[in-house]
Amino acid sequence: MRSIISFILLLIIAWGVALSVEKIPFGESKTRIGDYYIERGREETGASNIVTSVVVNYRGFDTLGEVTVLFVAVIGLSAVLATRRKQKKGAVEPASLVLYTGCRFLFPLILLFGAYIFIHGHLTPGGGFQGGAIVASAFLLVYMGCRGRRISRTRSKVVESFGGLVFLVVGLIGLTLGGHYFLFNFLPKGEINTLFSAGFIPIIYIAIGCKVGSELGGIIDRLLEDSE
Amino acid sequence: MNFLQSYVYYIGAFGLIFMGLFTMLVKRNLLKVIIGLSILETGVNLFLISVGYISKGTAPIFSKAGMEAERMVDPVPQALVLTAIVIGVAVLALALSLAIRLYHHYGVLDLRKIKEQRW
Repeated sequence: MRSIISFILLLIIAWGVALSVEKIPFGESKTRIGDYYIERGREETGASNIVTSVVVNYRGFDTLGEVTVLFVAVIGLSAVLATRRKQKKGAVEPASLVLYTGCRFLFPLILLFGAYIFIHGHLTPGGGFQGGAIVASAFLLVYMGCRGRRISRTRSKVVESFGGLVFLVVGLIGLTLGGHYFLFNFLPKGEINTLFSAGFIPIIYIAIGCKVGSELGGIIDRLLEDSE
Repeated sequence: MNFLQSYVYYIGAFGLIFMGLFTMLVKRNLLKVIIGLSILETGVNLFLISVGYISKGTAPIFSKAGMEAERMVDPVPQALVLTAIVIGVAVLALALSLAIRLYHHYGVLDLRKIKEQRW
């Protein structure tokens, strides 16, 4: 009964959506701002990845809010899961030698790959969020493969606060030096398509990578700890 | 055929959105509701990306030195979806943690059997 009502309701919504969506042409340039970013983004920000220049430079304030949303979600998750805590130590079956050694061998390599992704965010596809997710996957490997090994929570908190602080401080320095807006790109742009270019974009992306990596690692830590 | 060719991405995206909404409305297991939320979110991301698509367009990245700025897709929806995916992961983790707490408290994930949560 309920499924029939929901189906009819969704059909009505789908009809309304179809009426409005058919007005949107597919495969055509629709916004002038996108063309502007593609035309002028390289001179104005120095980044060859236009998506990065939109995320960090043109809409950097938006990204700050989004990092804050992630932070609040992690705080909420640890607050929800924190009340039930009985230390059940021991009784963790150790992993086999092959698994253990393989995880220990792969862990620094995955960290290195994540760091590569977020340091080269202004040149190649990728950036702070993607690199952070890769770093968190390295922690997931350790939690799954080497049972009993954990990341230190204080260190993870230090890295996370460091990332957030660098983002805010760089933005505020831009505000005082440029005088126009938050996240003003005050560093020299450098030569395009080289690693040391695009002003502060690599710095911001390293900060975001640290922050996202430690936050997603914290999520994995909390959820896996609860499941044990 | 022409109609299908020009709107297939929108149809796919809204197909995902409605599948997710239907799952959220009908299913009674809390984990399935969360799965529906995740499917819905994927549909929204696909819709945003396909709105920004330009025919035969490439990614808006000047990866070689002499590339010209023609036929590149709109970077703004891509940036929005980039942030939306991360938000989606955070929302999913929060929802799962609430489900874990609910399971520890009531012992079931069926929404009909939870007394204060009947609908």
